[in-house]
Amino acid sequence: MSAPTLTRYGERASLTESGGEPLKERLFRWMLLACTGVGVVTLVVLLTYTVYKGWPQLNSQLVTNMPSQVSPNTAGAQSAIMGTLWLMVFTALWTIPTGIAAAIYLEEYANPERRINRIIEINIMNLAAVPSIIFGILGLAFISRTLGFGPTILTGSLTLALLVLPTVIIASREAIRAVPQSIRSGSLALGATKWQTMARQVLPSAVPGMATGSILALSRAIGEAAPLLMLGVGFVRFNPDGLMSSFTALPVQIFQWTTESQTQFKELAAAASVILLVLLLAMNSVAIYIRNKTQKRW
Amino acid sequence: MTQLIDKHAAAAGTSGFLRQQRPRHGERAIQAALLAAALVAVATTVAIVIALLIPTLEFFSAVSPIEFLTGTTWTPLFEPPSFGVVPLVVGTLVITVIASIVSLPLGLGSAIYLSEYAPDRLRRTLKPTLEVLAGIPTVVYGFFALTFVTPVIQAIVPGDGLPSIFNALSAGLVMGVMIIPTVASLSEDAMTAVPNSLRQGAFALGSNKRQVSTRVVVPAALSGIAAAFILGISRAIGETMIVTIAAGLQPNLTLNPLKFMETMTAFIASTGQGDVPTGSIEYKTVFAVGMLLFIITFLMNMASIRLVRKYREVYE
Amino acid sequence: MTIDQRHEPTHTKIRVDDMTATPSEAPRPPAIDLSAVSRPDANGASPDGQVVEPVIETRDLSVFYHDYEAVRGVDLTFGKNQITALIGPSGCGKSTVLRCFDRMNDLIPGARVEGTITYHGQDLYAPDVDVIEVRRRVGMVFQKPNPFPKSIFDNIAYGPRVNGWKVDSMDDLVEEALTRAALWDEVKDKLKDSAFALSGGQQQRLCIARCIAVEPDVILMDEPAASLDPISTAKIEDLMQELVRNYTIIIVTHNMQQAARVSDRTAFFTAEVDEHGERHGRLVEMDLTKTIFTNPADKRTEDYVSGRFG
Repeated sequence: MSAPTLTRYGERASLTESGGEPLKERLFRWMLLACTGVGVVTLVVLLTYTVYKGWPQLNSQLVTNMPSQVSPNTAGAQSAIMGTLWLMVFTALWTIPTGIAAAIYLEEYANPERRINRIIEINIMNLAAVPSIIFGILGLAFISRTLGFGPTILTGSLTLALLVLPTVIIASREAIRAVPQSIRSGSLALGATKWQTMARQVLPSAVPGMATGSILALSRAIGEAAPLLMLGVGFVRFNPDGLMSSFTALPVQIFQWTTESQTQFKELAAAASVILLVLLLAMNSVAIYIRNKTQKRW
Repeated sequence: MTQLIDKHAAAAGTSGFLRQQRPRHGERAIQAALLAAALVAVATTVAIVIALLIPTLEFFSAVSPIEFLTGTTWTPLFEPPSFGVVPLVVGTLVITVIASIVSLPLGLGSAIYLSEYAPDRLRRTLKPTLEVLAGIPTVVYGFFALTFVTPVIQAIVPGDGLPSIFNALSAGLVMGVMIIPTVASLSEDAMTAVPNSLRQGAFALGSNKRQVSTRVVVPAALSGIAAAFILGISRAIGETMIVTIAAGLQPNLTLNPLKFMETMTAFIASTGQGDVPTGSIEYKTVFAVGMLLFIITFLMNMASIRLVRKYREVYE
Repeated sequence: MTIDQRHEPTHTKIRVDDMTATPSEAPRPPAIDLSAVSRPDANGASPDGQVVEPVIETRDLSVFYHDYEAVRGVDLTFGKNQITALIGPSGCGKSTVLRCFDRMNDLIPGARVEGTITYHGQDLYAPDVDVIEVRRRVGMVFQKPNPFPKSIFDNIAYGPRVNGWKVDSMDDLVEEALTRAALWDEVKDKLKDSAFALSGGQQQRLCIARCIAVEPDVILMDEPAASLDPISTAKIEDLMQELVRNYTIIIVTHNMQQAARVSDRTAFFTAEVDEHGERHGRLVEMDLTKTIFTNPADKRTEDYVSGRFG
């Protein structure tokens, strides 16, 4: 029995016509692949170039010495590395509990029909997209100048904490939402209060998701330079020694070295970038590890 | 157990037994503390508005808003100073357009590929790669633009003195690539939210993948894709480090991407960095430009949020 | 009553040929044949199912979700140590009514209750009523078993712990609860294992044990066997006969044969469709199970139980 012929606008003469994927479709697919490829290729080029450029400076001196504006031969990035670590710890301290608490409120206690709660939600979504330099202005105006703290670890960490707070809230909310309603119902039906249900059932299950989200938010925070520049964070040759200590951080140091004209400074900038990238890679790996290890199947 | 359990039940009392058995003050206090945490977000927005508004109003008492918004010379430090913000806005615009020409099509294309075409294994390697792209600090992108991309452009594009070391094209291209993941991920969310039944209906009629993707899925996800585009553009407008490092720190009213120019964000960063005396007019320019920037991005973000809500309502 | 007595023919088992009898000739005998409904040794209820001591009563109960009237004008009485079944087609408000009794409807935004519900004579919705205490006394078993992601032991111990009970021996309490739920023998060697390792039927019995551990007065069951296989379902039904000696049970079920098998009294609900096409639940009648299935007062009840619709 011969196959019926189908002529539809002349495209195909029979069902059994060979040829595979028509050219137009193949081109389209390659074009899409190319779109995706641009990003990947650029990433590879960027990483390779940065490592290559920073290679001469990737030695122990980078970690043991302090930065310098005059002699690139002896410059290192220790104060910047320590500053970044200090910032990371304190930013986490301010933003993670606040973000999780806000997420718990919005998911479990807030009646979504009340006006105040909708205002809170819109605020969070908007803040998540406000340019980071505006947060720098906020930090400058309120924390640094009005409160008079100046460019200290406290100011820097508070500013960054506000910057990534929306991200922590959004990630924590999703983690809480992932816990099935049936668990809550079962707990409440036994005579548990809302908070008992939250603390004993929902939170333990949501912690891995919250941890992942918080780590990712923090990794964004420590890569930011613009807010710190606005706060007046600049050239510093000592490690931080307290909340009210001045400091510098890796992104700021990279920026300063990049704007110097000598080649060696540019190499230092690349090397410091490598350190920053390695730090971020470590943080993201931890986050992904946590996410994979604790995938709950409900 | 009858003894074990009934003892407790009996202890709960029988008269008025439905009344409060254990004190619940703790619950109220906890709820208040949680609400306070949530209000931090609102407080932040209010603080931003106040921080920007007061110096801006003071600024406009010294400088006319008309001159600010329409003047084409931005020289706040000269004597006499000139406060026309147009060069900064044009600088932002040129770079944003370049970045958008890169990020919007490539972002959408990546999203379509990942959502409709990519085999599972490829998807699992490509998606995280794009996420890594989003995670690279902007200062590193800026470094890359200045030290790698600019020399490449200078080698490729012949010209007398152009492109200068600081140019908009380099910054715009790199920024565009940086924004691809933002556009791609939001577009992909919108496309995966389109129910499979729509695709299958189209396939069952004899459509091929290209037709299904472009004629069924993309139109169905249109409001989400529009939201992604708006968000991408908003990010380009608000980006600071790449333009500060690679595009230039001198205002320049030109549409030629091969020349240097200063954006609103670069101006704020470079001026704010210096030791500008509090209360001086230069100090206030930072806030006035910041206010302009905030308003522009705020409006775009609101539009984007509305569109996301719209497509979520339809499909969820 | 010993375990063996439960299987004596005081209950009539539904036989398959009864159900495949003549389809559409009228009139026909009800599909369920109940020669006798009586339960020996039912504590507090008279042997033929009349209510001696009401535990929960409703007067003119209506439930609204915002402006939508889900169910209206419901008058019900639930007797101590009896099993009462709420039956009817889907969407007629049975579960909605059930959730009023442990105030789980409070959790739904926009839910509103009108009319009165009394529990041992006290208004359940009075302003000074402690909802948490209500939920301890009126327990609930859900349609889909929902064990906590904890060990079997911790699942049972959860209720007493959150209620702040100082228990001399939690081990004994857990053992007693599991024994009353007919699960002890199957899990006594693996109390520390995750509750998720149990089968569906075992998980549901675990949920029942969990509920029992806080010593409730009333147990609400919202289609407790709907997601279980027939053998597990039979075990749950047998368990209910045991439990009713100590607790008052209210069960919502889609399965009228189940209602006929286990319950003393039955309330039949239906849904009325208004001119906008919206469904509103109504109580049609409530009576002894025997009466509902053999000699109902309302024609709608008769149509439903004889399988003509629903």
